[in-house]
Amino acid sequence: MKEFFEFLSFADANVRYVTLGSMLLAGSSAVVGCFTLLRKRALVGDAVAHAVLPGVCLAFILSGTKNPFILLIGAFITGWISLVAIDFITSRSRIKEDTAIGLVLSVFFGIGILLLTAIQHSGNAAQSGLDKFLFGKAASLVGEDLIAFSIVAVLLLAATLIFYKELKLLCFDETYAKTIGFPVRGLELLLTTLTVLAVVVGIQAVGVVLMAAMLITPAAAARFWTDRLGVMLVLAALMGAFSGVAGAYVSYTAPAMPTGPWIVLIISMIAILSFALAPGKGWIARIIRRQRNKKLILEENLLKLLYQLGEAKQDFSTNRPLQELLQKRAIPAKEAKYGLGKLKAQGYLEKTKNGWALTHEGITRGRRVVRLHRLWELYLTQYLHLASDHVHEDAETIEHIITPELEQRLLEELNYPALDPHSAQIP
Amino acid sequence: MNAFWIILTGSLVATCCSLLGCYLILRRMAMVGDAISHAVLPGIVIAFLLTGSRDSVPMLIGAGLLGVLTTFLIEFFHRYARVQSDAAIGVTFTWLFAIGIILISVFAGQVDLDQDCVLYGEIAYVPLDLWITEGGLSMGPRTVWTIGAVTILILLFIIIGYKELFLTAFDPGYAAAIGVSTSLWYYLLMTAVSLTTVASFESVGAILVVALLVAPPATAYLLTDNFKTMLVLSVILGIVAAFAGYYLAVWIDGSIAGAIATVTGFEFILAFLFSPSRGILISKKLVEPVQQQV
Repeated sequence: MKEFFEFLSFADANVRYVTLGSMLLAGSSAVVGCFTLLRKRALVGDAVAHAVLPGVCLAFILSGTKNPFILLIGAFITGWISLVAIDFITSRSRIKEDTAIGLVLSVFFGIGILLLTAIQHSGNAAQSGLDKFLFGKAASLVGEDLIAFSIVAVLLLAATLIFYKELKLLCFDETYAKTIGFPVRGLELLLTTLTVLAVVVGIQAVGVVLMAAMLITPAAAARFWTDRLGVMLVLAALMGAFSGVAGAYVSYTAPAMPTGPWIVLIISMIAILSFALAPGKGWIARIIRRQRNKKLILEENLLKLLYQLGEAKQDFSTNRPLQELLQKRAIPAKEAKYGLGKLKAQGYLEKTKNGWALTHEGITRGRRVVRLHRLWELYLTQYLHLASDHVHEDAETIEHIITPELEQRLLEELNYPALDPHSAQIP
Repeated sequence: MNAFWIILTGSLVATCCSLLGCYLILRRMAMVGDAISHAVLPGIVIAFLLTGSRDSVPMLIGAGLLGVLTTFLIEFFHRYARVQSDAAIGVTFTWLFAIGIILISVFAGQVDLDQDCVLYGEIAYVPLDLWITEGGLSMGPRTVWTIGAVTILILLFIIIGYKELFLTAFDPGYAAAIGVSTSLWYYLLMTAVSLTTVASFESVGAILVVALLVAPPATAYLLTDNFKTMLVLSVILGIVAAFAGYYLAVWIDGSIAGAIATVTGFEFILAFLFSPSRGILISKKLVEPVQQQV
């Protein structure tokens, strides 16, 4: 706990740089990542991250210095070329986008490694430290780096804010953007430039391979919590920033731990938890929804069954044994018993020694399901001209979904009918 | 002699990768290959920690399992959690790779793997690690035996399963209709990719495996429309790259694996520009008159 407060107090200048640096990086690349994710081009960031390496090496060979600014320009140029190359290859040949990404990524990286090793073998003492680009150096960020990160982060955020509306349209409806006269090519270039910028700076913190995670993972996680772009951007930035701080904390308490991989591990955990737990879109929420629907369908089918039995004999008050129900409709006995029990607890059924009977509420609800079923059958035969023996299956499904408003519309469209296609009374 | 062993290793790696790569790029799964090649890292580290040696068999098993797990996770995220497919790939492999790097740092004293080696391997050391039998007979570099065995396995796999692999890649619907299990062959293919990745790992590293998986098949894809020709062509292109890459690396004194990747890229550019049927500098003259007739 003491360590935790020491960490939070930022008394150590090194901690301050590492934490703020990781936070800025992770936060700003997450924002850019949201746009690439929504354009379904998430892996492009991975290609840029690898393609940065030859640029760094070339800049070093040509300039002979390790001035970070010059290296960044080199990185920016090859990163940018790699994206143009991917576009060019996919548009001018039959190579698919995933192949083009894999190709550009590995070949650019291969060239980078070739140059890097050649520089290392050349005996030039100034070269040491270039390989920091491979795995990042988040733990050794200094004041100068922090200034560079802050400038880039501000630039990225400002560009996103200024062009928010345009970028949004580009992500969701490119064709419409083109029709109303937006400079789509220009916007694509802007987004490309922003991606390259985020990668070029971020790579120094987490390294070549893990940079892709800084772009993709927070965006993918945030996507599960909201449908609004603005909220998604803020969420992704917060998740990214949090994992940046947490990663810095881990490597503060255990100095042997690499900061970059920990940042990625933490943001991945957040993402995986989001995939599983997010309300609405998450995996578990989906399972629960499916279970609930299944239960609803079972219950409505049982009510419908009892109603139909009562209707056939014009007698709703006699109790009917389970056996009789199962004869009319094949429901697994265990499920049927469970459903009947549930319905009794809700007050739709009564149970006596002889079997089950509908209560007043049960009759009303059962009648509604039967009515919807027959209305839909009639609608299908009258409006879609389906044969009357083809409509039952469809009605079995839709009877559980139709809302009261839709029911009213159906009644109006069909002019309050009395009989369904099988000449049964519509109750 | 060293040059011979290095080029032989490079050619064997290139053969396995190019063959499997043809299936990957036709199934639009090039990036899944990329993901697997990164994600096997924790498998290698764990196998290393459990057995305490660089013995090939446990590593192949560990990484093979991780490779299948990766494919499974990507499928799972995509199908059950409905994560968009490219994001599912990106999240899965970076996550597993990060775990691998963290494991290496935690057990730094015990694991004889360094981070650079993971990324670009060290094919130049291949001739140094000799397999010497108990009788004292030198059988040549250990890596050559490992990758040689894997190459034979891959060749057998492709020859025996040629029809099934072909059908599931081109027409999964038809394959399913005649009773070929698409998911079985999918996972078999992915296991083969993982095995190849691990066997090639020490010599060329994670990312350059991707160069050999993607670049030669993509080049061959621009040169022919016949699948068998494409398989053969991509193997030839891969082997040529291994040769040329070795001498390029010697010439500028750099990483051999990096040079091989550079050459595969160069081959692709040549095919992209001058392919007799599809080169962008050639095809215009051939295609335009046809379009005018229409």
